[in-house]
Amino acid sequence: MNALANPNFVLMVEGLTVSFDGFKAVNDLSFYVEPNECRVIIGPNGAGKTTVLDLICGRTRATSGKIAFKGQDLTQMREDQIVHAGVGRKFQNPSVYEDLTVFENLEISYPRGYSVLGALVFRRDAEVTARIREIAGMIFLDDMLDERAAILSHGQKQWLEIGMLLIQDPELLMLDEPVAGMSVAERRKTAELLNRIIADRSVIVIEHDMGFVADIATRVTVLHQGKMLSEGSMAHVQADPKVVEVYLGH
Amino acid sequence: MKKQRLFELDEALGFALLAAVIFVLFPAILDDFRLNLFGKYLTYAFVAVGLVLCWGAGGILSLGQGVFFGLGGYCMAMFLKLEASTPENTAIQSTPGIPDFMDWNQITALPIWWQPFHSLGFTILAILAVPAIFAFILGTAMFRRRVGGVYFAIITQAVAAIMTILVIGQQGYTGGVNGITDLRTLLGWDIRPDSAKVTLYFVNGILLFACLFVAQAVRKSKAGRILIAMRTAEDRVRFSGYDVASFKVFVFCLGAAFASIGGAMFTLQVGFMSPTLVGIVPSIEMVIFCAVGGRMSLLGAVYGALLVNWAKTTFSESFPELWLLGLGGLFIAVVMAFPNGLAGLYQDFVRPHLGFLHRERARAPAADQSPAE
Repeated sequence: MNALANPNFVLMVEGLTVSFDGFKAVNDLSFYVEPNECRVIIGPNGAGKTTVLDLICGRTRATSGKIAFKGQDLTQMREDQIVHAGVGRKFQNPSVYEDLTVFENLEISYPRGYSVLGALVFRRDAEVTARIREIAGMIFLDDMLDERAAILSHGQKQWLEIGMLLIQDPELLMLDEPVAGMSVAERRKTAELLNRIIADRSVIVIEHDMGFVADIATRVTVLHQGKMLSEGSMAHVQADPKVVEVYLGH
Repeated sequence: MKKQRLFELDEALGFALLAAVIFVLFPAILDDFRLNLFGKYLTYAFVAVGLVLCWGAGGILSLGQGVFFGLGGYCMAMFLKLEASTPENTAIQSTPGIPDFMDWNQITALPIWWQPFHSLGFTILAILAVPAIFAFILGTAMFRRRVGGVYFAIITQAVAAIMTILVIGQQGYTGGVNGITDLRTLLGWDIRPDSAKVTLYFVNGILLFACLFVAQAVRKSKAGRILIAMRTAEDRVRFSGYDVASFKVFVFCLGAAFASIGGAMFTLQVGFMSPTLVGIVPSIEMVIFCAVGGRMSLLGAVYGALLVNWAKTTFSESFPELWLLGLGGLFIAVVMAFPNGLAGLYQDFVRPHLGFLHRERARAPAADQSPAE
């Protein structure tokens, strides 16, 4: 347990393997995320990037290997317990509650009243409202609070989902392609938003847009066929001939 | 940001209108026989209201609500049957003092699990607790394993089939296919005359409103919004820190308890309970009541239960062999043409003309709040 509780790392992934009917989507992967680090995972389609996030947040169970978050073994915890431990995850396709308003979407993510009873007696007090307004301002949706989430544009839904994570204030934030499908203007605003929110927490981002990656990454991990191909600074991996070969192209 | 109220103005008016229909209009225009019939229809409204929470809000389609309706109905019937089976009333039996069907089946002593149903207090508790506990076990087993959607619907339907087979097969303990009949008094109060039926109609109405208030409170709580959120993006709810299964189990249990109260009131008003009322076909009909009324609307579900049952009585009197086809056709029409049922039609065509009832109210608080900042 002591090895898991190394204070230099927020997240430790060691020997992580998941096998789907014999196919190893992630194969003996190890990496370590430091406090306040922004780790970007890149790699060709099918490299296992999203699966890694699924494994960390408990959506998929590891076949073998360890995932430790601040000394807690995540492989033994339920999804909601992992969230309570401080891990937030954004999905690749924006996943918001279309039948509810932007305000209600954010309210559900407000970290209070998680049990059935807690949810029944939850009250929308001044503290909740103030926090929701604050987050809505950050994600450029302060005029949209009373609108149903279904009418939001694709980019706005992405922002809303990021806002839903922010309101939980997770120590480790995992974002799966946060700028995919966005217009150039939206992309710029998102980069600005992300730069602001990654400042005081650890972040793992999956992204294909190299310009965007260079902007935000502390370190980059390149995955290929479920295995680590290269790891280091953006300049380091861009210069790595193996990475150029399988992913970046000549 | 609207302030959280239990009722918006139009919802309060809707509740008031329904109260007027049930407590004033029906008693005024219907004779005692018809009023009792409508009381029977309203017992199905309990089930439909539960389905609005489970299916409409939470996306959990149960095709086995008849099981819970039946559990409540049988609990009540067991109490009434024991009261009716005094040694004096059953003196001609080979074992006096036990229900007649037990005697016919050569049973000579009251089974131990029938004993507590001598007590009305226990019976009322059982009406609420037995279906809730059963729903808890069933729901926990399935929702913890992430069984949902069509698979859940099929399993609940199978449970309805099992329940019917069990009740029919255990004739000596349950009255078999005939059910539990010849119920007479409730704590000495005769439930058979018209005057008693009128009283029971009003008790039924009051209990229905109690369930409607509970359902409304759940819907207006954060738990209600979480149910709606689960329907559209279950994983997002899970990864926002909620144990999705526990919310599903909760709403399933609540729906089961509502259905059970309806079943108990059915037994009281109709005077018997039988397996034909709780099997697959009635369970599906209950879903149709809810769909026709509008699966998103608590009040719609009540009107749906009334309308479909009234149509069933009217048409099956004239064309008994066509009724089931008509019901199937109605269900298809609802799903294809107006998926939100009567309530959806109201929302789309009537409510816009009643804009003065809700629009100002909805906008006004937002306008009030912004200058205050």
